[in-house]
Amino acid sequence: MSVAASELESTAAGLQAAVWALLATVKDPEIPILSIVDLGIVRYVRAAPGGAVHVGLTPTYSGCPATDIIRRAVEKTLACSGISAARLETVLAPPWTSDWITPAGRLKLQAYGIAPPATAVATPKQLFRVAPIACPRCASSKTRRVSEFGSTPCKAHYLCTACLEPFDYFKCI
Amino acid sequence: MNADVTTSPTKDARFEYVLRLADTSLILGQRLSEWVGHAPALEEDLGFANISLDLIGQARLLLSYAGEIEGRGRSEDTLAFLRDAAEFRNLTLVEQQNGDFGRTVVRQLLASAFQLELYSALQGCADTRLAEIAAKSLKETAYHLRYSAGWVVRLGDGTAASRARVQTALNELWPFTAEMFATDAVDAEMAAALIAPRAAQLQASWLERIDAVLTEATLARPADSVFPWHGKGGVHTEHLGYLLAEMQFLQRAYPGCSW
Repeated sequence: MSVAASELESTAAGLQAAVWALLATVKDPEIPILSIVDLGIVRYVRAAPGGAVHVGLTPTYSGCPATDIIRRAVEKTLACSGISAARLETVLAPPWTSDWITPAGRLKLQAYGIAPPATAVATPKQLFRVAPIACPRCASSKTRRVSEFGSTPCKAHYLCTACLEPFDYFKCI
Repeated sequence: MNADVTTSPTKDARFEYVLRLADTSLILGQRLSEWVGHAPALEEDLGFANISLDLIGQARLLLSYAGEIEGRGRSEDTLAFLRDAAEFRNLTLVEQQNGDFGRTVVRQLLASAFQLELYSALQGCADTRLAEIAAKSLKETAYHLRYSAGWVVRLGDGTAASRARVQTALNELWPFTAEMFATDAVDAEMAAALIAPRAAQLQASWLERIDAVLTEATLARPADSVFPWHGKGGVHTEHLGYLLAEMQFLQRAYPGCSW
């Protein structure tokens, strides 16, 4: 038995699924191959038919300049699909971690030439243990860090000493 | 946690305390941003710019919270752009001029190690909002510390010239660190409310971290000296006024301007 789209959206679960699908079309302005859902910055969608849609967004880094641009893009995307009463809420806790990037997001990063983050930083001390980062092009682990900070706060700059290509590494945080 | 000895801090103390954290991040972020386009290498230019961005981001969260505590309708922008030097509550250390690259990374090491220990303590404090901001800032601060400690080790354990420069910077900046652990009435009230960590505990863990870096960098820790400034009480060095003149130029020249 098939369910018509309009009927689906008339249920709370259907509306939420529709909002999630719309959010998956909003790209990160700095890394446009990733959607904000891939990045793991959409923390929740709460919706009930006839009521307001609440979307919880968390910033990646405190000072990330993309945060305001993303908020505006979410408002516009939802409004264009007739969801104009959306309430965007900023969620600070728990703080965003690169572990929340989805498996699909990690594959997209790799294919784009950005090494995906190492997993799980439970304490800041772990940062001081240096783990080898694999080159996203030739997969060699013979790489070295050129710069702690790259083109954006979330990336570091690396060089592969096997294939000699420079690449970005999405930092774990 | 013993409810019998826990006190509730006054609104004034909470506002002052959060403002100190906010202003320390804001002023340090503004100082670092002066390097943009001038750093010795592109990588370090990006490094300072990104640390600056993190600090200003943290300052925005804290300033907004301070404004809410105060309850007089002052926003993060009002607090950043419409106060004069005597109303700023940052540590005197962070308003000091950049000097050369070595001096900037020494100042960053001293400040980042302090913020790391402070945020580690605050992430479990009795003020939920402050704990959330601290938990977020802590992860970024760990990178700032790794960056600045790495450079202090490279320059300290480097050539005779680089070593002499960072040792001189350390000697000049060291007296300012006393203010981080000097407890006044605001700190005492916030510590009694189980929000601020005790200064002695903070100082011990900070010193341990700094000593480890200085040893690896073959630098000598300077002797402690009397600290005559009180930036967190609004008594600043002359450098803050010049910094604000640049940071607040637009709002001073065109009041209320926005874009």
